[in-house]
Amino acid sequence: MSKATEVMHPDEAAHGHDDHHDHHIPKGITRWLFTTNHKDIGTLYLWFAFIMFLIGGAMAMVIRAELFQPGLQIVEPNFFNQMTTVHGLIMVFGAVMPAFTGLANWLVPMMIGAPDMALPRMNNWSFWILPFAFLILLSSLFVEGGGPAFGWTFYAPLSTTYSSDSTALFVFSVHIMGISSIMGAINVIVTIFNMRAPGMTWMKMPLFVWTWLITAFLLIAVMPVLAGAVTMVLTDKFFGTSFFDAAGGGDPVMFQHIFWFFGHPEVYIMILPAFGIISQIIPTFSRKRLFGYASMVYATASIALLSFIVWAHHMFTTGMPLFAEMFFMFATMLISVPTGVKVFNWVATMWRGSLSFEIPMLFAIAFIVLFTIGGLSGLMLAITPVDFQYHDTYFVVAHFHYVLVTGAIFSIMAAVYYWLPKWTGKMFDITLAKWHFWCSLISVNVLFFPMHFVGLAGMPRRIPDYSLQFADFNKWISIGGFAFGLSQLIFLALLIKACKKQGEPVSDQVWEGAEGLEWEIPSPAPYHTFETPPVVK
Amino acid sequence: MTETNNKNQKMVLKLVVIVIGMFGFGFALVPLYDVFCDITGINGKTNTTAASYQAVEIDESREVTVEFITRTNTGMPWEFRAETKRIKVHPGELNTVSFYVRNPASSDIVAQAIPSVSPGLAALYLNKTECFCFNQQPLDSGKEAYMPMQFYVDPQIPEDISYFTVQYTLYDVTARADGLETKTNPFMTTQSESGK
Repeated sequence: MSKATEVMHPDEAAHGHDDHHDHHIPKGITRWLFTTNHKDIGTLYLWFAFIMFLIGGAMAMVIRAELFQPGLQIVEPNFFNQMTTVHGLIMVFGAVMPAFTGLANWLVPMMIGAPDMALPRMNNWSFWILPFAFLILLSSLFVEGGGPAFGWTFYAPLSTTYSSDSTALFVFSVHIMGISSIMGAINVIVTIFNMRAPGMTWMKMPLFVWTWLITAFLLIAVMPVLAGAVTMVLTDKFFGTSFFDAAGGGDPVMFQHIFWFFGHPEVYIMILPAFGIISQIIPTFSRKRLFGYASMVYATASIALLSFIVWAHHMFTTGMPLFAEMFFMFATMLISVPTGVKVFNWVATMWRGSLSFEIPMLFAIAFIVLFTIGGLSGLMLAITPVDFQYHDTYFVVAHFHYVLVTGAIFSIMAAVYYWLPKWTGKMFDITLAKWHFWCSLISVNVLFFPMHFVGLAGMPRRIPDYSLQFADFNKWISIGGFAFGLSQLIFLALLIKACKKQGEPVSDQVWEGAEGLEWEIPSPAPYHTFETPPVVK
Repeated sequence: MTETNNKNQKMVLKLVVIVIGMFGFGFALVPLYDVFCDITGINGKTNTTAASYQAVEIDESREVTVEFITRTNTGMPWEFRAETKRIKVHPGELNTVSFYVRNPASSDIVAQAIPSVSPGLAALYLNKTECFCFNQQPLDSGKEAYMPMQFYVDPQIPEDISYFTVQYTLYDVTARADGLETKTNPFMTTQSESGK
């Protein structure tokens, strides 16, 4: 308690502190432009991510419309390539990552008993440069020669020798996204290290905080490498260097090594916070403590460390020596051990728990089942000899959409449903939420499950046309795709209703089994919380 | 509050150093991979400057077959072929093979040949004492040339490698060759445009 009494009286704090600590909420557009409040910035991030999700989703609809039937009917192949590229970039950097950052902004200070993020002004910057990055990326679609059409992985020489001049726009937008993520990650790390309430020791931190801390370290380790890779593409294309050009002494395979050194940890950046979210939700609706808290923390850390030594499993077909293929195969398979620990712990938490199936729990259970399917297809891809068959087919597309859509995105939806009543103070429209869940669950499987079959049968990814024998499956995949896309409009309607503060008022705890500092503050969460740190026992 | 701010600033500084370090590391990966591949010889790259041929013992007891294949990069109009498709050599023995090129385009072009050895591990044991691939090769429009490559196979070559392939790819580097297109190729034949 001695530490807590040292902290200033709220009024004193208002004078002694140079941030806006007004006790009324500023109004109008300037509130959002100049805000340094972690809750406002969290909301901005989440809405931005949702808008990007809809834009990236619209591009997926174009892709699925073209693939509804064999042959070329709706778009030109070059535009199709732009759609697959920008769909990937937007979903990765515009939807999933900002959504997690938004959740971190909202929740990390509330979970560790901090009044705000450690660096509130930088927080404002890291959000507000993001819309410009995507404005640049999207505008590149309208310049002469079209936008990026080389896949989100921008392999050289596709992105150097054979790309349009708009590659410069792509490079700068990726730079800005990178800077934004790095600033967000630095903020999370500093907040968690320096702003924990007295008594909030490392091993008392909620798992969402733990997973985000580890994710933030991954971000500052690999986003600069991505920035380096795009810079090399830029200088190779426009300034005559030859990092990836064999004629000048470079090596195109080098690009893949550098890209995947970023790319594989990036995969975990998009899933570790999801693990944290599920680890918060499952205990609440099982009315039990999380099984194996410490092993969850260590499993997360091991996944993060292992993610740095598996990058070449994306490159089995580049002609690596046998020894390297074996090393990367076994290292990749090793990751399934800590991941298996996590799935085991979630199931063990539910075991003999007093389960109830509220909306967040439905999404969390769907996550566990479907993410595990994605994990198992990942294990199949890790086996070098069979990867030669699966490589660059729809099997890969099925795999990473299971882990990213029914994994990362389902976890984000679970998180939104779980904490939304705390944010708005009102229960969301449960009927709409049920419609959203069941429509999404069914359609997402109609959408992605048949991709396994066409992939195994040899349908290549990123091609606007396909052989006739794939026609029936692709028709179903497209129907699933349209249905999944439409289902998200239910979510949009629900969110608009929630933001208008419609619905039944909720208690401070909101969910019967919920535990943690964020459930001890009033609902809706006040604009400023924990100006006097709570004491964690 | 200032105490926390100081702590925060120090931590930010440390993290920014990591970020800058990792940005540098991304670029450092380029030479690091090259060094790694040089030592292990795993990506099939060969020596880019002339190796010396001194006091090399010839192993008469073994023979290694070396195959030569050629290709030109997309957009490179030259004709390019190996005069010797396949040669059996004793490890340590010095041999010379010749490659034919012709520039059928209406413009003068400078080329760079990039070798690649398969299986990659054999690259460590291919020593070139003279090669057209060490330099950029200019060739005037319509001219042809026979370009030599002199090499020996290191006697240390493992027993299990008895056959390997050297592939040369020709790239058009006229755009980045400074002033070379005005020079004459030393290997150019006198009876030009003979259409051999």
